[in-house]
Amino acid sequence: MNLSLSIQTEDFNLQTEYQRLLEGDNLSGAVVTFVGRVRDLSVDKTISGLLLEHYPGMTEKALDNILQEAAKRFQISAARIIHRVGQLNALDQIVFVGVTSVHREDAFAAAEFMMDYLKHQAPFWKKEISEEGGCWVEAKEKDLKLFERWEEQ
Amino acid sequence: MISVLFFAQLREALGVQKIEIPIDQSLSLTELLAFIIQKNPHWEQALTRKNLLMSINQELAQVDSLVRWGDEVAFFPPVTGG
Repeated sequence: MNLSLSIQTEDFNLQTEYQRLLEGDNLSGAVVTFVGRVRDLSVDKTISGLLLEHYPGMTEKALDNILQEAAKRFQISAARIIHRVGQLNALDQIVFVGVTSVHREDAFAAAEFMMDYLKHQAPFWKKEISEEGGCWVEAKEKDLKLFERWEEQ
Repeated sequence: MISVLFFAQLREALGVQKIEIPIDQSLSLTELLAFIIQKNPHWEQALTRKNLLMSINQELAQVDSLVRWGDEVAFFPPVTGG
């Protein structure tokens, strides 16, 4: 099983990641990729960007747990998670999840599962930066519900 | 010794990233929190927030989980990555 993760400050390239997922794979008929990006915060003109803090060490463990759990629950051939940290600007790519599988059902489900788990379990925190200093983003009730539906299964 | 880390708004509220607790017997995270608050009474509000998350050796833990000498504990607010 080809499972991998990366926590990085630099950007990633979707085409490169797509090729990496499929390297040497002649069986997978389905590839699902998800990219999350920083929404345009310019509605509030004072916000200049995002700062992403994480817990080095635990972040890697949490993402690895998510990959292992996805591999247990779904029939997948490869999966990769990339999460950026540090200073980010509006419209920057922030997270990548990619999955390959023989069939699309498992690829779609595994990608959604990994994002829902990441949103709830991986120790990342976003801070919106403004001239006054900054404001930590609050966790959303919606993300808890999306996480819990997998726990019930 | 138990290492205790704080992250995000909790780290900012306390003004410190890491403290060392000179305890050598096992205790629950609730007891560890009570000990830290006893030593730093002005931290009580930040450390008794309803949805505080915690980990032991980089795995999510519960208030009744046990910590022992040499463990790395962390307290932090709900996560907001992705």
